Formats: sequence, structure tokens, C-alpha cells
Amino acid sequence: MRLSLFAIFLAVTAAGAERAFNPTFESPAPLSAQSPIDALVFDRLKRLDIQPAFLSSDAVFLRRAYLDVIGTLPTAQEALQFLADRDPAKRAALIDRLLERPEFADYWAMKWSDLLRVKAEFPINLWPNAAQAYHHWIRAAIRENQPYDRFARELLTASGSNFRDAPVNFYRAMQSKEPAAIAQTVALTFMGTRAENWPPERLAAMAGFFSQIGYKETGEWKEEIVYFKPRPAGAPAAAVAFPDGTPARLAPGRDPREVFADWLIAPKNPWFARNAVNRVWSWLLGRGIIHEPDDIRPDNPPSNPELLAYLEQELVASHYNLKSIYRLILNSQTWQLSSIPRTTRAEAAANFAYYPLRRLDAEVLADAICETTGTTETYTSAIPEPFTFIPEDQRAISLPDGSITSAFLELFGRPPRDTGLEAERNNHLTAAQQLHLLNASHVERKIEQSPALQYLIRSSKGGPQLVTGLYLMILSRPPTSEELQAVMAYGQDAKLKPREAVNDLAWALMNSAEFLFRH
Amino acid sequence: MSHTNLPLVPLNRREALRCGLYSAFGLLLGNRAAAPLLAAAPNAKAKSVIQIWMWGGPSHLDTFDPKPDAGNDYCGPLKTPIATNVSGIRISELLPLLAQQADKYSLIRSMTHGVNSHETASYTVQTGRMSGGREVYPSVGAVVSLFKGYNAGYKGLIPPYIVLTQPQGRFDEAGFLGSRYKPFATGGDPAQARFAVEGVVAPGITDQRQQDRREYLHKLNTLANTLPGDPQLASAKEAEQQAYELILGDAGKVFDLAQEKDELRDLYGRNTFGQSCLVARRLVERGVPYITINYNGGWDTHKLNFQTMRRKLPEMDKGMSALLADLAQRGMLDSTIVWWNGEFGRTPKVQWEAPWNGGRGHHGQVFSALVAGGGFQGGHVVGASDARGEEVKDRPVYPVDLIGTMYDLLGIDTDAKLPHPLGLPARVIPAPADGVKSAGRLKEIT
Repeated sequence: MRLSLFAIFLAVTAAGAERAFNPTFESPAPLSAQSPIDALVFDRLKRLDIQPAFLSSDAVFLRRAYLDVIGTLPTAQEALQFLADRDPAKRAALIDRLLERPEFADYWAMKWSDLLRVKAEFPINLWPNAAQAYHHWIRAAIRENQPYDRFARELLTASGSNFRDAPVNFYRAMQSKEPAAIAQTVALTFMGTRAENWPPERLAAMAGFFSQIGYKETGEWKEEIVYFKPRPAGAPAAAVAFPDGTPARLAPGRDPREVFADWLIAPKNPWFARNAVNRVWSWLLGRGIIHEPDDIRPDNPPSNPELLAYLEQELVASHYNLKSIYRLILNSQTWQLSSIPRTTRAEAAANFAYYPLRRLDAEVLADAICETTGTTETYTSAIPEPFTFIPEDQRAISLPDGSITSAFLELFGRPPRDTGLEAERNNHLTAAQQLHLLNASHVERKIEQSPALQYLIRSSKGGPQLVTGLYLMILSRPPTSEELQAVMAYGQDAKLKPREAVNDLAWALMNSAEFLFRH
Repeated sequence: MSHTNLPLVPLNRREALRCGLYSAFGLLLGNRAAAPLLAAAPNAKAKSVIQIWMWGGPSHLDTFDPKPDAGNDYCGPLKTPIATNVSGIRISELLPLLAQQADKYSLIRSMTHGVNSHETASYTVQTGRMSGGREVYPSVGAVVSLFKGYNAGYKGLIPPYIVLTQPQGRFDEAGFLGSRYKPFATGGDPAQARFAVEGVVAPGITDQRQQDRREYLHKLNTLANTLPGDPQLASAKEAEQQAYELILGDAGKVFDLAQEKDELRDLYGRNTFGQSCLVARRLVERGVPYITINYNGGWDTHKLNFQTMRRKLPEMDKGMSALLADLAQRGMLDSTIVWWNGEFGRTPKVQWEAPWNGGRGHHGQVFSALVAGGGFQGGHVVGASDARGEEVKDRPVYPVDLIGTMYDLLGIDTDAKLPHPLGLPARVIPAPADGVKSAGRLKEIT
């Protein structure tokens, strides 16, 4: 009995492994390790005897590319065009187009603003004008693809006014301005490591680089100048050392932040490039090669050291061109794998054998709901002085200031931007969120009053054409024949007015896993 | 004082994150079990609080601290306060029903903080702290939700901290405790035929259609059906089931006022405030520890103060007196604190000139509060204002004194630490060394 059950089990797993692909989500194209990323990932999977997932279908690729690269859904038109395109190189072409979209800068400025704590009010207290200036600077750096080493150096060494010299806000966006606290924030942001777990001497030695920062007010309301404030003559110099233990010699009159920054961004620095590529990888693939991506330490090894080393070399060799790292990863088959695993092995996730499901970020979800329904959202700052005007068509991903928010964003786990930790963002789908999505008048009204739905109803001939239009608008793909059948049957069974049936379909698709999760 | 020693140590960052301090509000958090479990105080007198928040700052002279001898420039047309069922206590002539319930509540006529702007005074009255520091402290509701909510074994599907119906706005109820301790604002209007609580009741959608739609969703959820083993989707499915227990199951019926007798609903008053009081009673019956009725009734009477009083006080009188009587009759008043307070009072001297035309300004020097139930004795007056209601005459009561007394009655250890996201020391009630003005707990009425 036992044996035969085992035999059935074997037969079932074997059948599972060889099952036909699911054309909605998967593509039959063979995997080929053409890029170094794929060679390293697939080689490791092979050694672990883990079968990677199929490649994603074009529709899944399209939606994933938009959501991962620009935090924005494709329009029905964009989806249709891409799906109809016969060009075999269309995936690479779409990636190139998306990397140049203005939403690329919006979305990644949002991510960096989480890490750099861009928030006007408690507890960061940058003040609205300064938060705006800081965000503007970050977004411009991303839009211009400023080399990442320069980006970091400017943040670390800036002096001047919080309103006019925006990167100085890096040193203001901290709850504590003690040198050790600043050192912790620097280590977290640019080294991906948590200095509170270091031996205290090591942290104290690094803190020395941040012990000569001055802050002073000016005559302008809430303006603050951040500046290099040399040690008073005769004051004893603290022992200052880099995090690798090398002692630093600080010439009097030289801003020690510059000494630290030059050490940090040197190509041989073991933390700097590693932190950057590991974060980008985790943003695109759902988990770091070192995981959590901001908890790099000797006893938390990378799941694929060769892969991490390859990406580090590429970043340095490209002169810290982060966009080129995006392009490398996005063009890999690894990133383009389907989210349907072909294995039940526990190590599959950490070795990137499939693309993991992730609920949309709060801001991306808010925008997706607005865009599919053709509606807008109201954002406010709880503390209205100076009064912030937020235009009606504001997208959540381009909100500059963490203090500008909405009940929806709060509910869906937008990070408070208090600490810069990646884990501040909570993408776990809770019952309260389900309650909101399934039944709140907020979403219901958007569907009922949706100009986009109205337009679709008026411009289509009803029936299958309307259903296809809705699917393209909400899920970026046409319905399968089973889905089409289910939809047609529902309209007849439920005895609804035509508009109610359309609303229910939109509602169901917007509550489906395919809408709510990156996949 | 309570005798519990709460095992509430400051969480470190990662624990705080794991406990969802940064996640959405606490309804049915998947990882609830990971939160620190707080011991419930064995000898707490109060189980729940109904806070009637008089946003805008109601006039103390025209409600619970009348000054008929101060003359027309102070009391305007309201010159004849009425006796209550407690000898020696008189209140506004516009509150005849509450006058019959004075044995159930006590009045504090010497509340003071000296703050005259809405936001900062709201913060002070509801946190016990003065604003201006780097820290934003949590309000009473968030603290009660911390100590008597999910971390303390509360298991209801209804969130432990509810606001009827709109959030206060411009006020971060949870402070540094984070969004998990924010209140759930019901939205909707309980005076309507169907109280459309946001997310729980969708107006215009029948239960049948809800069920049809749910099946429809399951049928069309192609990706989820393709990935039955995915842990993320399994937890999403569990969350969906819990949501539907509120939408279609019994839990959400707490908001269904059709379950109450018409006569009782009439008694509370068929308006938003009156019906909110009734919903609050139903929530207390289900064990919800903190309910704020955000009574945005136009109490900020810079202009035409007396017209507003004549229009709004009868509504307040009806709703509040019905609530007190109903709670008492059901034997719930002994374990339920009813707390009526605005952020400040109003200037005793009437501004007759245009453009005010008989208005009153903000007045934080002295104002009134009402407390009832949950261990508060009724039938007393604490403190006094001077002859014109301008300054404290006897026994100042600072917000922290009143809040500390409520915590004592709720069995919340006021010396306990609040979990600060960075582990900074923060106490439930400030230590004497923190310099927050205090004149001692309200021993007179507990």
C-alpha cells in the first residue's frame, strides 16, 4: 500500500514536471543561458537539481515590465500593440522604451525617497519646502541617470541650505543627529548593513567622520544650513577608522565626510557596489541575492556569490551606470521566468527558479485602480502649513513627500519613511485591505462612475468585444475562452442590468490575484 | 493605581516591524500572535471608553458651567440655567434631559491648558502632552487600543478603536505607535436607512449579489486557481474569508441599527449624533474597548453662538442622555467610561459686534469636561472657574490628570513604557520630571 502510494506520488510529480505549458501565463520558448546572469542562475539550479519555471508569456512579460520598471500599468492600447507585435526582439525593445519613460524616474525616485526618508513632518521633520527640494533632486538624478557613485558622494558631502542645496537634507532626514546615529544611517543606506549590530568600537570609529557637521538657522523661516564645522583648535581628535578597520588620517581643515565618501565609492570598496546591485536585484526579483537586502553581514551569505560578484563588476565597469544594471537584469530569462514554479523544493525561491508573486506597492495599486477606472484620488498633508496644493491628477508614485498621503495609502502599507529600512514597506495583503477592495464605497464608486468603463461600453459592440476590452484594460490580456464563457453566463444567470454586469466583471477582475499581485 | 506590571518592553526595530507597527490598522493582522501579549488588569473597573469629541471647542458657559450672574455680555440670552436631579448642580437650560441624569455623571469645571489653537489643543487634550517636541505621542484611543486591543487578547473582528463616523483629520491619533493603532473610521451615516460602514456595508448591493459576485470572483481568479499552493495567495484567501465574515456574516451586524427597537432609536434622536451614540453602545456590548464619536457639530462658534446652541444642544442633550440611561439600564455604565470634551472652551465675553454678531472665541484657560461611568462617580462637580468663567478658581485639572485617571480605571499601568519605534523611553503618562503640568488624579470622583 505504502509503496503504491509512493509510486503514484512519483508519477504525479513526474507528470507535473512535464505538464504542458499554460499559454495564459507561460511561453513554450526554450530556456537558453545566453546572458551571464542566466548562465550563473541556471547553472546553480542545475547543480541543485531544481527545474526553473517556464518563460513567461508575452502578456505576463508586458504587465510585469510595466509594473517593475515604471510602477504603472500598460494601457489597453499598449497591451494590444505589444501582443500583436511579431518582432522577435520586441521584449528588449519594450525594456529600452520603458527605461526612458518619465515614470521610470517617478517610480524609482519614490523608492529612493523611502530609503532617503523624504518626509516633511514627524519624525523626520524636513519641512515641506525642503522635502520638495530633496525629492526634486533625487528624481532629477534618476532621470539623468547620474552615475551612482556621484549620487552617493553628493549626498554624503553636501553643504548649504536645505531649500537650495537639496542633498544636504540627507543629514537632516534623521531622527537623531548624533555622529553614531548618522554613521548608522550611512551604513544602512550605502553599505546595506546594520551598524547597530557591529562591535561598538567599529561604529564609534566610523562616527568620527560625522562628528564635524554643523546645523544653523537663517533668517528665513525653517531654513537650515548644514555645513562642515571644524573641530575647535586644540580639541582632541577622536580615533577615526573606516568600517574595514583601516585608520583614517584627517587633515585639519578637510571635511571628514569627503574622506569617508572617497573611501566608500572607491571601486575596490567591498560594500558599495554590492549594496547597490543587490538592492536593484531585490527590487526586480522580489528578494536579494543577499536577503534581506539591507542586512548584509558575514553570517548572511549570498545565495549565489558568483552572480552577485558578476553584477558588482558590471556596475563598476559601467562607471556606476545603474540603468545598465536594470537593463542587464530585465533582459535576462531569469527575470522573465513565469511565476508558476515547476518544483516544490524550498531552495527554489532563494535561487530564483521562478518569479515570486508580490502584492502591488500601495502607491502603484492606488494608481492602477485610478488608471483602470479613469478616476483620480485626493491626497493631503495632515499638517497644512504651508498649504500644499495637490493637483487632482496627482499620481501616487510621484508624490514627493511622505507626509502627503491618503487613507488608502496608509491602509496598504506605504512606508512611514522614518528609518530607511526596506522592511518599512508592508505589502502583506490583510483582511482590512480585502474589506476595502471587495466592498468599500471608495472602490465601488470608482467602478460605477468610471468614465473609462463608460467609454468602453459606448465604443464596443457589447458581448465578447466588450469583455475583451475590459480584460485588456484591467489585466492587460484578452480573456481565455473559458473566461469568456463564464462571463457570458454570469450576465445571463444573475439577472442584472447590463451596466451592473459590466461593473461586477470589472470588480471581479480588480479583485483577482492577477490584478493585485505582480506576477 | 493598577497593580499590573505589563511585560511591555520597547521593541527593537525588527520586532516592531514584525509586529506590524508599520502595517495597516490592526484588523485581523496575519501576524497578530507575534505581538507582545499584554496582561489584562484583573481589577480594572472600566472595560470600554466612549469618547464624545466636541470638535471645535464648545462653550463652557452655555453647557455645563453657566454664569447667570455675569450679565448679558457673558451669558447673552441664556440666563436661566436649570436645576438637575442633584441638588446644587445647575446646567444650561438647553440641556433639560441631561439635567435629569446628573446623578450619573460628574462635571469638571476647571479643565485648563492655556492653548488656543485647534490642532495643538486637540493634541494636548487627547494625549496629555503639550505639542512642540520632536515626538508625537499617541492619543488615549491609540493607547487603549494598544493595551486592550489585539495585543491584550481582544479577538473581535471589529477593530478595537473605532471612530464614528469621520476621522478627526489634522490629528495623528496613533502618533509614534504607527498606523496599526489608528482608529477605523466607519464613514457612512447611522441616521440613514442603512448605515454604510466603509468596507462592511455597500449600499445598493444586496446580500445575494454579494454572494454571486464572490463566486464570480472565484471563478475568474485564473492565476489564483493556477497557483493553489502559493503561500501568499493562501494568506490572501484567508483574509478574504475574514472580510466576508464582516460583509455577509454576523460580525458586521453590530452596525445594523434595524436590530434596535424604533422607540429606542427615537429616544436617541434620529440624527447622526444620536444614532452614533446608539452604535457606540452596540460596539461596547461587543467588547470594543474604545469608540470616539467625532461630533463635528459646529461648536467653533465664532459667529452666532447662541443660534448654534439653540439648534445643536437639544440634539446633544437627547443623544447623550439616552446613551447614559440606556447604558445604566443595561448595567453597562459601571464598566463604560463616557467622556465628553472639546479641545477648549470659548471666551466668556460675547463678541456682539460685526462680523461676529454674538460669537465666542477660543478659550483654553478654563473649560469643562463631563465624565461618567466606568468607576467615575456621578453627581459631583470638580473644581470651579471664576465668576465669569475666565480663569480657574479652584482645583485646576490638566488634561494629563483626567487621562491618567481614565487609565487607572481601565487598569492601564501609567508607568509602563510605550513601544517607541527607536526604543526611546516613552511612558504612558509623563513622569513628574518631564515637566508636564499636573495637579493630581481625580481622586474626588473615583
